[in-house]
Amino acid sequence: MKLFQQLIGRDRSSARQAKERMRLMLIHDRVDMSAAALDKLKDELVGVISRHVEIDVGAVRIEMTQDGREQRLIADIPLRPSRRRGSG
Amino acid sequence: MPAKVVTITSGKGGVGKTTATANIGAALAQNDLKVVCLDADIGLRNLDVVLGLENRIVYDLVDVVEGRCRLKQALIRDKRLPELFLIPAAQKRDKSAVSPSDMVRLCNELREEFDWIIIDSPAGIERGFRNAIAPTDIVVVITNPEVSAVRDADRIIGLVESEEKGPARLIINRIKPSMVRKGDMLSPEDVLELLAVELIGLVPEDEGVVTSTNRGMPVVMDGRSRAGQAFRNIAQRLMGAEVPFLDLEEGGGLLGRLARRIRQGGD
Ligand SMILES: Nc1ncnc2c1ncn2[C@@H]1O[C@H](COP(=O)(O)OP(=O)(O)OP(=O)(O)O)[C@@H](O)[C@H]1O
Ligand SMILES: [Mg+2]
Repeated sequence: MKLFQQLIGRDRSSARQAKERMRLMLIHDRVDMSAAALDKLKDELVGVISRHVEIDVGAVRIEMTQDGREQRLIADIPLRPSRRRGSG
Repeated sequence: MPAKVVTITSGKGGVGKTTATANIGAALAQNDLKVVCLDADIGLRNLDVVLGLENRIVYDLVDVVEGRCRLKQALIRDKRLPELFLIPAAQKRDKSAVSPSDMVRLCNELREEFDWIIIDSPAGIERGFRNAIAPTDIVVVITNPEVSAVRDADRIIGLVESEEKGPARLIINRIKPSMVRKGDMLSPEDVLELLAVELIGLVPEDEGVVTSTNRGMPVVMDGRSRAGQAFRNIAQRLMGAEVPFLDLEEGGGLLGRLARRIRQGGD
């Protein structure tokens, strides 16, 4: 049982959980932006871009990542092919 | 060599600033460098007790700043380590008794006399912290491998950068290798990856720290203590030597691998 726990426990160890939680927490601390605020930004961004080009709203991904002590906002916005050109 | 001012600070309280100040100061003095430890934690004086000099205080930092004594009169010499001096904090005053420019002026005067000035900062981001970093050349942030301490360390590291006193160097104190091995404690690698700063020391949890503090005798004076060795290594690194990081698990565990990786220049 002990061995089993150790085998599956590796990834769920409390240290691993601490690190994952902290990674997000520190990014949000550093740029002073909450997860909720990031969601709002995402909605607004989707709104603005949709006015110019058709996008796959469900697949939009926006996240903050850490690069050393610098934070980066990464947006991945898949575009839809134009309808006019489609065979429809 | 021109004098260097080092400030030891942290976000969270109780992570080991005073212990580190006393031991890094004593280790530098063991190398025949003239060192003054300056207690900037006004109102919560402690460095005197850790160094075992509490019975010899006549004047303190605030007395110097307010002109009640000359700087020389507030310097207490450690009889065991004749190159080591202390300027104690005032116990019955608050942080506002001293300003950042007072600290700069005081340290400029001390720079004439000493090789190293080590400042014990209060925890947190208030006035006491600003006083402690105002005159500094090197900021050392200390943390424990524990979520709230690491989070607060991150905040301090950011402030140090925005005050243009960076880059901060990091000490991770009170590491318990057996807990790290079991996945019950953040490893030094985890902490370094999260904080993304330069490491200057890994200090294990060591009961010797407590007993030596009981005696008023810095743990670096105990040749067998692992924590003492860690603090001596930090002093060497401040002096510019390249010292491998302690392999806290004898026989090459996690920390040994980390040490090797750092030595290979993996940053
Ligand atoms: N490596 C260690 N092993 C064991 N005990 C330690 C270690 N480092 C520090 N301690 C203990 O932790 C306690 C807090 O240390 P210390 O007073 O140096 O922290 P501090 O950061 O100066 O605290 P404060 O924020 O209150 O000024 C002390 O009792 C000290 O003996
Ligand atoms: Mg202290």
